[in-house]
Amino acid sequence: MVSRQRLLGRILLYAAVVAVCVAVLAPYAWLVLSSVSRRVDLTSVPLRWIPKSLNFENYRQIFSGSAGGVQASLKVGLLNSLIVAGSATVFSLVAGSFAAYVFSRLRFRAKGAVFSFILLTQFVPLVVLIIPLYVVMGRLGLLNTIPALVLADCAFILPLVIWLMRGFFESVPRDLEEMARIDGCSRFGTIFRIILPLSTPGLAASGIFAFIIAWNEFFSALVLSSTLRSKTISVVISEFSSKVGVDYVAMAGAGVLASIPPVLLALLFQKYIVQGLTAGSVKG
Amino acid sequence: MRRVGRGRVSLESEGILALLLLLPALLVILGVLVFPMLSSLWLSFTDLKLTKPGSGSFVGLANYLAALRDPHFWASAGRTGIFAVSTVLVETSLGTLVAILLNQRFVGRAFVRGLVILPWALPYVVNGIMWKWIFDANYGAFNALLSQLGLIESYRIWLGDPATAMILVIVANIWKETPVAIILVLAALQSIPAEIYEAAAIDGARRLRSFFHITLPFLSPVLLSLVVIKTIWALKEFDLIYIITKGGPADGTNILSYYIYQNTFQFLNFGYGSALAYLLTFLALGLSLAYARSLKGGLDASI
Repeated sequence: MVSRQRLLGRILLYAAVVAVCVAVLAPYAWLVLSSVSRRVDLTSVPLRWIPKSLNFENYRQIFSGSAGGVQASLKVGLLNSLIVAGSATVFSLVAGSFAAYVFSRLRFRAKGAVFSFILLTQFVPLVVLIIPLYVVMGRLGLLNTIPALVLADCAFILPLVIWLMRGFFESVPRDLEEMARIDGCSRFGTIFRIILPLSTPGLAASGIFAFIIAWNEFFSALVLSSTLRSKTISVVISEFSSKVGVDYVAMAGAGVLASIPPVLLALLFQKYIVQGLTAGSVKG
Repeated sequence: MRRVGRGRVSLESEGILALLLLLPALLVILGVLVFPMLSSLWLSFTDLKLTKPGSGSFVGLANYLAALRDPHFWASAGRTGIFAVSTVLVETSLGTLVAILLNQRFVGRAFVRGLVILPWALPYVVNGIMWKWIFDANYGAFNALLSQLGLIESYRIWLGDPATAMILVIVANIWKETPVAIILVLAALQSIPAEIYEAAAIDGARRLRSFFHITLPFLSPVLLSLVVIKTIWALKEFDLIYIITKGGPADGTNILSYYIYQNTFQFLNFGYGSALAYLLTFLALGLSLAYARSLKGGLDASI
């Protein structure tokens, strides 16, 4: 029967969809669940998956603000991550948009070469740069400071922002600017009054990308920071296991806290992320 | 610089404006990326070892030659190959399959499409500790699941065996990176006009046939770019290894990026480490050039 075949097809389809959802959610859901489980539940064999009662003690300790201890370092790490990611986002958007304007609207010799060069930097593994970068930051007196991390993140993010924003600028018709220039508007004016307002989806996509990439960045932050003055949440967590040992609840809680900003941003603004990811590739 | 005779802007002022606007971005990229790259290149031609005072003299290609003669380097390169090939193959095929699934019509489709981005958004460190916890030898969820399902008799130390540790690290990487593949392929699928499938169906083509003769050809540019990007990312992958296995057990997951880290940060062998790093970079660049050429060739062929 056609309808029975159809029904079977639909059942298989939904089964596959459920499987995908489980595959995507289950590991993270387990992390979140672990963070509100009781330690005794997590360390029992056979494992008690659902705790009898939810245990928010770990989170309460973190937020009630004891002056020292590991919980305090988590809060400092989160704050540092926020400052670093926020600053990197703002700087990358501004510098990246200006650079994108140059590649889209201005002409100069070797423009293509410079653009390709900027994109090529994405191919270089971080391990290649990290020692000299450490030395340079040291000489500039920027070791273990927030600006060092911001600069490093910007260097990784800028090529992406330039690429994205250039794509968006290209789709803004040049006639609008020409008419404005004829009316006496300066080049700077056209950037701020015409091109940027028409490219706000691009700014949104670039901004969200920049924030998530900067927030999740680990290795450069690890090398360039040595104390809580500049350690981001990723670095704090990476050192957590040696401090809390086998406290799985604390580890899970730290992981959940560190992941909330980028996950929330990604889920809420997925449209922009998809736009950002597909901007270059599908248009071809 | 030339001056353009007619009304408009002279090239000279355009050049200056271009420079001004480019300056912030260029300074950061030059300072943070280019200068260290060149400095690293120079280091790779020296024998600088922080543990050896007075070292740092020019030795030409000695480090590169030593690397090519180093069995640890080749072992690490081999592991990197296994890591990269498995992760790229699985991510691309799995990503395509899921994208095809998400391109069908079903209730809640928009929700699932949004959900799929979650692994990508997780910080690398969190991804690492999450999987390390799941594969924990004593209390991990993986052990618990398998034993409660009756598939294993007792808990196993998954991360204690070099082979399984590599497989599990690959799994963790695939989980995190497949969303990008899904999103890119899905976007490409959505740009295939529905009429083509309808026409094929009228002509009697069954679904498998239209997949191979319509969908795949349409997808091949995206798939090729995916393979290139993901190979580069796989070669660069470091955070996962650092968090979960630190290159172990017994060097089982010591891929090139970690081997470089060991040589520079642990053995403090800056000269050798830089040479290794450049070998990895050349590999990445070489692969992308090769892919880019075949992509161009492929596109020309299809036109």
